Amino acid sequence: MANEYAKNTVLRSPLGRVRGLGSAKGGTHHWWMQRVTSAALLPLTLWFALSAASLAGAPYEEARAWIAHPVNAVLLLASIALAFHHTAAGMQVIMEDYANQEWVKVGSILAIKAICWLLAIASALAVLRIAV
Amino acid sequence: MATFTLPKNSTIQQGKSYKAEPGAKNVKSFRIYRFDPDSGENPRTDTFEIDLDKCGPMVLDAIIKIKNEVDSTLTFRRSCREGICGSCSMNIDGLNTLACLKPIEDVKGDVKISPLPHLPVVKDLVPDLSQLYAQLRSIEPWLKSDTPPPPDAERRQSKEERAKLDGMWECILCFCCSTACPSYWWNGDRYLGPAVLLQAYRWIADSRDEATGARLDDLQDPFRLYRCHTIMNCARTCPKGLNPAAAIGKIKQMLVERET
Repeated sequence: MANEYAKNTVLRSPLGRVRGLGSAKGGTHHWWMQRVTSAALLPLTLWFALSAASLAGAPYEEARAWIAHPVNAVLLLASIALAFHHTAAGMQVIMEDYANQEWVKVGSILAIKAICWLLAIASALAVLRIAV
Repeated sequence: MATFTLPKNSTIQQGKSYKAEPGAKNVKSFRIYRFDPDSGENPRTDTFEIDLDKCGPMVLDAIIKIKNEVDSTLTFRRSCREGICGSCSMNIDGLNTLACLKPIEDVKGDVKISPLPHLPVVKDLVPDLSQLYAQLRSIEPWLKSDTPPPPDAERRQSKEERAKLDGMWECILCFCCSTACPSYWWNGDRYLGPAVLLQAYRWIADSRDEATGARLDDLQDPFRLYRCHTIMNCARTCPKGLNPAAAIGKIKQMLVERET
């Protein structure tokens, strides 16, 4: 909304305002990856939920051994990457929808990406320290 | 953040009330949004009681009757009175539709009428459509072809190719859909909205058009196209029964297709 070309307050013709800065020629990858990650997360989330439920009440060593198993570790790392990618992409869309000041929009999207990256790295490190 | 409340000078106040003639048996109340920017007053809701026994069946008949017989200052757009010109689009009973196609008897209780949502109001039920018309102009809604047409003949199209335009050529540009779309409410200055994207796809889908790639280039934008989150208000509200969301989905599909 803060796009200067789109503002209704300048003496620019409606067509000039609508054309604005032109097409960004982008957004397709972002949109498609949001769909791909959500489709991939369906089976992964189901797998993780069932596994976590079956480990409920299990002793510490057994839980560690489950994470350390190569198949589980790989699937956990995949779930972490996809979940945080999907979260960041979705939150970005929400901010683009509702933030109408440019600095709020850009600032919050950068913050979302930073937080998701750090959480993803921390989660991955936790898995790797047990598995490797 | 997006503004969810009305500014002080836009809050709607209780307006005048006009009673039906004595002896009227089949009375229905019409609660109509009134606003005159020249008066400096807040918008208000006027209530008109109408004798349905002396009125045509559609909501448009009732507001024409009000303008003719009760309050001639009531302002609205209308022309064909048969759902083909798209002039009398307004919000009736909470849903954007054409007053000429909306039967009064379909509305339970009072008939609440307001202008199309989230547009500047010129007066009463007349919204300012300049931005929507500029957006329509921006997608260049005409046939673009470098190949000249055959001499003394029209450009040919198979029946199957022609059928692809069904569900799009019927659009009358009443903008019920765009003004029903929350994404258009929040980002209408950059998002093109369902009505304009349906028209964009109408030319993308036309087998005679040779500018498909350039049209897709112009639409490939996080705001122009990708503000559509398939909320589906557009398809629900369309008085012609069209589905702009499906057309937007096809544009998104084609954009993925050309990258893979």
